[in-house]
Amino acid sequence: MATSETLPLSDMSPMPLVERLHQWVTTVDHKRLGIMYIAYALLLLVIGGVEATIMRIQLIRPHNDFVSPQVFNRMFTMHGTTMIFFVAMPVLFGFANYLVPLMIGTRDMAFPRLNAFSFWMTAFGGLLLYFSFLGGDGLYGAGNAPDVGWWAYAPLTSPAFSPGHSTDFWTLSLLVSGIGSIGVAINIIATVLCLRCPGMTLGKMPLLPWMNLVMAGLVVLCVSPLTAAQLMLVVDRYLGGHFFDTQAGGSAVIWMHFFWIFGHPEVYVLVLPAFGFVSEIVPVFSRKTIFGYPIMVGATIGIGFISMSVWAHHMFTVGMDAVGNGFFVLTTMAIAVPTGIKIFNWLATMWGGQIQYKTPMLFCVAFLFQFLIAGLTGIMLGAAPFDWQLSGSYFVIAHFHYVIVGGILFALFGAFYYWFPKMSGRMYNEALGKLHFVLFFIGFHLTFDFMHIPGLLGMPRRIYTYEPGRGWDVWNLIVTIGVFFQAAGVLVFIGNLLWSLRSGPMAGSDPWDAWTLEWSTTSPPQAYNFASVPEVRSRRPLWDLKHPEDPDWQYE
Amino acid sequence: MIIQSIRNPQVAMIETRPEEYRVEEDTILDVRVLVGRPLHTRLLRALVPFCGAAFTALAQPAAPLSPTNIFAPVSTPAKWILDLSILVLIVTGAIFTLVFGLLVYAAVKFRKRRVSEACEPAQVYGSTQLELAWTVVPILIVVVLFLTAARVIASIQGARPAGDAIEVTVIGHQFWWEYRYPSQKVVTANELHIPVSDAAHRTPTILHLLSADTDHSFWVPRLAGKTDLIPNHPNTMWVEPHETGLYLGQCAQYCGTQHAKMLLRVYVQTRAEFDRWIQRQSQPAQPAGTVSEGQRTFERTSCINCHTVSGTAADGTFGPDLTHLMSRDTIGSGIAANTPENLRRWIRDPSVFKPGCKMPAMGLSDPEVNAVTQYLETLR
Repeated sequence: MATSETLPLSDMSPMPLVERLHQWVTTVDHKRLGIMYIAYALLLLVIGGVEATIMRIQLIRPHNDFVSPQVFNRMFTMHGTTMIFFVAMPVLFGFANYLVPLMIGTRDMAFPRLNAFSFWMTAFGGLLLYFSFLGGDGLYGAGNAPDVGWWAYAPLTSPAFSPGHSTDFWTLSLLVSGIGSIGVAINIIATVLCLRCPGMTLGKMPLLPWMNLVMAGLVVLCVSPLTAAQLMLVVDRYLGGHFFDTQAGGSAVIWMHFFWIFGHPEVYVLVLPAFGFVSEIVPVFSRKTIFGYPIMVGATIGIGFISMSVWAHHMFTVGMDAVGNGFFVLTTMAIAVPTGIKIFNWLATMWGGQIQYKTPMLFCVAFLFQFLIAGLTGIMLGAAPFDWQLSGSYFVIAHFHYVIVGGILFALFGAFYYWFPKMSGRMYNEALGKLHFVLFFIGFHLTFDFMHIPGLLGMPRRIYTYEPGRGWDVWNLIVTIGVFFQAAGVLVFIGNLLWSLRSGPMAGSDPWDAWTLEWSTTSPPQAYNFASVPEVRSRRPLWDLKHPEDPDWQYE
Repeated sequence: MIIQSIRNPQVAMIETRPEEYRVEEDTILDVRVLVGRPLHTRLLRALVPFCGAAFTALAQPAAPLSPTNIFAPVSTPAKWILDLSILVLIVTGAIFTLVFGLLVYAAVKFRKRRVSEACEPAQVYGSTQLELAWTVVPILIVVVLFLTAARVIASIQGARPAGDAIEVTVIGHQFWWEYRYPSQKVVTANELHIPVSDAAHRTPTILHLLSADTDHSFWVPRLAGKTDLIPNHPNTMWVEPHETGLYLGQCAQYCGTQHAKMLLRVYVQTRAEFDRWIQRQSQPAQPAGTVSEGQRTFERTSCINCHTVSGTAADGTFGPDLTHLMSRDTIGSGIAANTPENLRRWIRDPSVFKPGCKMPAMGLSDPEVNAVTQYLETLR
């Protein structure tokens, strides 16, 4: 097995297919599990994208009848659930799995078997969700696939409003994948805290492991209440519980609290690893060290704490009192401070550098620009009275897609291109990479810039059709056109990926002239990562190696 | 600092502000004086470039851009919200302009040029002064925004509006709205009538929000922000409209299959018109007379399990009260004009208009459908 892994993935020894599959299925290697997470997430990204496209075609003009209301409602439920739980989380866990041990100079995660278990829980969770298309009808013939929205607000999930099994599949899939997520998080925490290579104190650890450490802490704190809430919902639906049964004195609002005390930290669960990518890519392509490392770490930890206290800004319209609303305005605005610090520090890192616009850097610069706007629309939504108008409208949809697509997905694409040579041993095609960037950038802005406007003009989310004469038509048309540019971009990306896996030029161990430990080993790395465990004296061990006359540890 | 720079041009603006833009006496917060409409129209043009011309167009007062434009309020909470929104837009617009400018400058200026730069640039590890600056300044901005927002929250949520308030109970149903006026003993559906409030005689409307099934949200953007209707969790909101007219909105919290066709229509009327409307609505359906064929069919089938026609055997409460059906402009919660033809099609099979709605097709024959339609047309 070890010998086969010294070769690029595509050139693996001519073992029978079954044997190769067997190796992947039974692996406990963090790199293989990381790649499996990423591949799984990419597959579901395409499925979730198709669901989004169906919605956008339906909304291209008022009173369209491309799909029925029932199908539309299933599409937005499945799109949201898929993209958050089975695309964004797995892909980020995949990168964390792959990169964290390499960047801290160790040979695997702390608990390799738990790692494999976690992946399979997540994978089967997704299968459960999609099995609802077949099994959701139940004996009631009540319609497949859940249609309760990805928040699944009570009492819409009660048997009275959701007969059949579709909601059960939704609940179970989140329950199962939630266990997987918590497993990964515990693993990342243990790995980062216990397995750093000699010399790497926490203060000398690169920012990506730092941000994943905070992310993992958040996962443990925020996925647990969600998992508990799913169990309570199962009890309500099948064992006569009344937690969320408003007909019997239960509370719909309690579900909202359970969901959003997961839901908002979740945003930071997703965005912190993206910050990690940007914090690695921007310095390398600006040829400068990260500006203000201690304050970057501090801001990350600050975000971790504050993000646990902002959840009810999703609930400004549910009738909290003025004090409650005021508190969550304050915490929501406060989280803008550490986030702003990060943006300024990345900017300062670029300042005075020699910026090389390779594809990863293009995505990261676009990330900075788009994340800035996402943060500012977030401040608008954080001012509770403004939110009373904007909440539940297309403005919110535009805002959080700016965060998740414009921020996280752009950073992810940057990360794909940046670490693709390490994972595959081959370079991607730069021209195709740039084409992907241009198409996706145009598509993103056509779709999500113009999506703010119908929200400001009073268009609520989750409507399968709308009335003409509301001033929404032309914006929806533009938004839908943008989708096709995005889809074209993703196709170019997948094409590039497949072509480069087979025919890309060999990358060598350090194609970007980078500074962190993963670039000190072969591409792809051996099963054991490093022939001998490295020893570091600074945050940029490879800089020290390349510039012995002026090493980093003199200044840190 | 940002506030200061806004204040100066404003001094001149207040003097020249046309009468119709003058804010009310009971100024709720300084910000409202700070940013009157003509100012924000100008400032927006300069400071909110990311949606450019579109944003500016949106901010035109009463622009006929959309009947649900949040930038064209006609009622008190919505106006206060707009004033806060404009402040937030200006602050965020200024931040955007600054940071975006720096980003573009850095991205262009420090790109790698071809030959000259063979060695690595100077490595800068940080700067305490700079990092302190971009920590402290945002904190100050956050404090200002928080305090302003808190004042608006307190003034909207803190107290009942002054004046002779009308109280309406709004009950959200899948997928229609029920309105009850307890003091006036009026029950109606889908079209809310409220009086306009003028300075001499203020008549705000207080809405008590309940739900009969799932969550809903009451959102008429030109009157107020939205508030959810949650079962087992009563909520309250209020509006105080200053202009008569028809204001549109729709359910803003996903409530089930036909969430999209749960439209809101609010008729703001002069006090006299409103009183006349109440007078008419509080009458029973019709003076005692002969029972038509349509009424017999209506009362024989299960229509009366869900619908009320006051003064008759029909006393169901699951569906809209039909006592004065013909006084409404629309049917099906605002989705179709209330014409005999639409009514006939609706009775024959509601799912033609609203697939997934709770009213079943009763399987009536054509003569029966016609008779029921004729009967309903007498409910004025």
